[in-house]
Amino acid sequence: MSINKVVASADVAISDIHDGATVMFGGFGLCGLPENCITALVKKGTTNLTCISNNAGVDDFGIGLMLHNHQVKKMIASYVGENAEFERQLLSGELEVELIPQGTLATRCLIAGYGIPFVPVLAGVGTEVAEGKETVIRNGKEYLIEEAFDADFAIVKAWKGDTMGNLIFKDTARNFNPLMAMAGKITIAEVEELVQPGELDPNMIHTPGIYVHRIFQGSDYEKRIEQRTVRKSN
Amino acid sequence: MGLTKEQIAQRISKELKDGYYVNLGIGIPTLVANFIPEGINVVLQSENGLLGMGPFPEAGKEDADLINAGKQTITTLPGSAIFDSAMSFGMIRAGKVHLTVLGAMEVADNGDIANWKIPNKMVKGMGGAMDLVAAAKNIIVAMQHTNPKGESKLLSKCSLPLTGIKCVTKVVTDLGVFEITPEGFRCIEHAPDVSIEEIKAKTAGRLVIAEDIKAVAV
Repeated sequence: MSINKVVASADVAISDIHDGATVMFGGFGLCGLPENCITALVKKGTTNLTCISNNAGVDDFGIGLMLHNHQVKKMIASYVGENAEFERQLLSGELEVELIPQGTLATRCLIAGYGIPFVPVLAGVGTEVAEGKETVIRNGKEYLIEEAFDADFAIVKAWKGDTMGNLIFKDTARNFNPLMAMAGKITIAEVEELVQPGELDPNMIHTPGIYVHRIFQGSDYEKRIEQRTVRKSN
Repeated sequence: MGLTKEQIAQRISKELKDGYYVNLGIGIPTLVANFIPEGINVVLQSENGLLGMGPFPEAGKEDADLINAGKQTITTLPGSAIFDSAMSFGMIRAGKVHLTVLGAMEVADNGDIANWKIPNKMVKGMGGAMDLVAAAKNIIVAMQHTNPKGESKLLSKCSLPLTGIKCVTKVVTDLGVFEITPEGFRCIEHAPDVSIEEIKAKTAGRLVIAEDIKAVAV
């Protein structure tokens, strides 16, 4: 018998995400979002969440659904455009927001998964991102000290996964998913196709199952496209 | 009448060299991809995790799992590579990307750039812009010379929150091409039907006109 991390559903997977938890969500824009878990969290009504995600969804999809439901206390992201409700809550003071450079966001996930507590980065030096941050100078260059994220849960979406939690992502739906998968104290993976151990080529695994605690077969993916662009026909 | 957006992009495309890895931002920078000169092979990087960005898909072939950093549906090319966001910014930070082209709200004559926030008005976030400008060696800004109110966007000091400091190498606007030098903006080319007087009048930062200034070839 192999280790089995399969849970029955999104509802079961997120059942212990408590009010006030810090939760990471994989995805870039609407690409590679853990749609099933977001739906389950909206249904569960968990509140006061601190969400870490590159974006905040759009008004009626992705994290936007949780914003609409007033479940988010604080949003940590790099880009939050295209979301009127987000902007309204931010300007009215209902929502706390921390904007951080995208590469710093990715790296703070990465080092959490690599067991590195902090890292010096150039991005943001001389800007308001640097305010209140510790700095270090090496060879005449100033760097900001950025901390590894400390998230209670990470929720990611993969293309394929096996029952041991090994994950493979597809195309640019990879984005932040493997990084956040490494960074959660508890990592939940929803996959389009759940298979048995041995069915995935070990050489092709993007996220080793050691980082994943729960996995389930997702369903009914909408995979909404934010900017549908096509070639001009001749 | 200065350069059109397409002509700005076309002018920037002349900065491309064979073998370059290039990151193009949203807006006018994206258009540069349409003017890659013949015989010049470049690889376009999209910071959401793709090297070798291809054109938009044919209608009906859009794939929600394959987008660029502007969230537009795109395609891959033979030789494309996909990776996660940390590696994407890792290659940027490590200086592997040769050229970055991005838009801006303001550029200062020392190379400071502001393009991510208008206090109390617009809060969309910096996305990958701060990482790009902090790391890239060659940063070209593509933008209109003035804002909708007619005020210069080429300043002695940025008034908006900064994205990065002393990082821009060149600015291409509808009025001309400007290098960032210790003396300020050095105008090396002017739009064909734009006078040097107009450029002087519409540039708030320190400006030097190159002795061998010529018209932009478009």
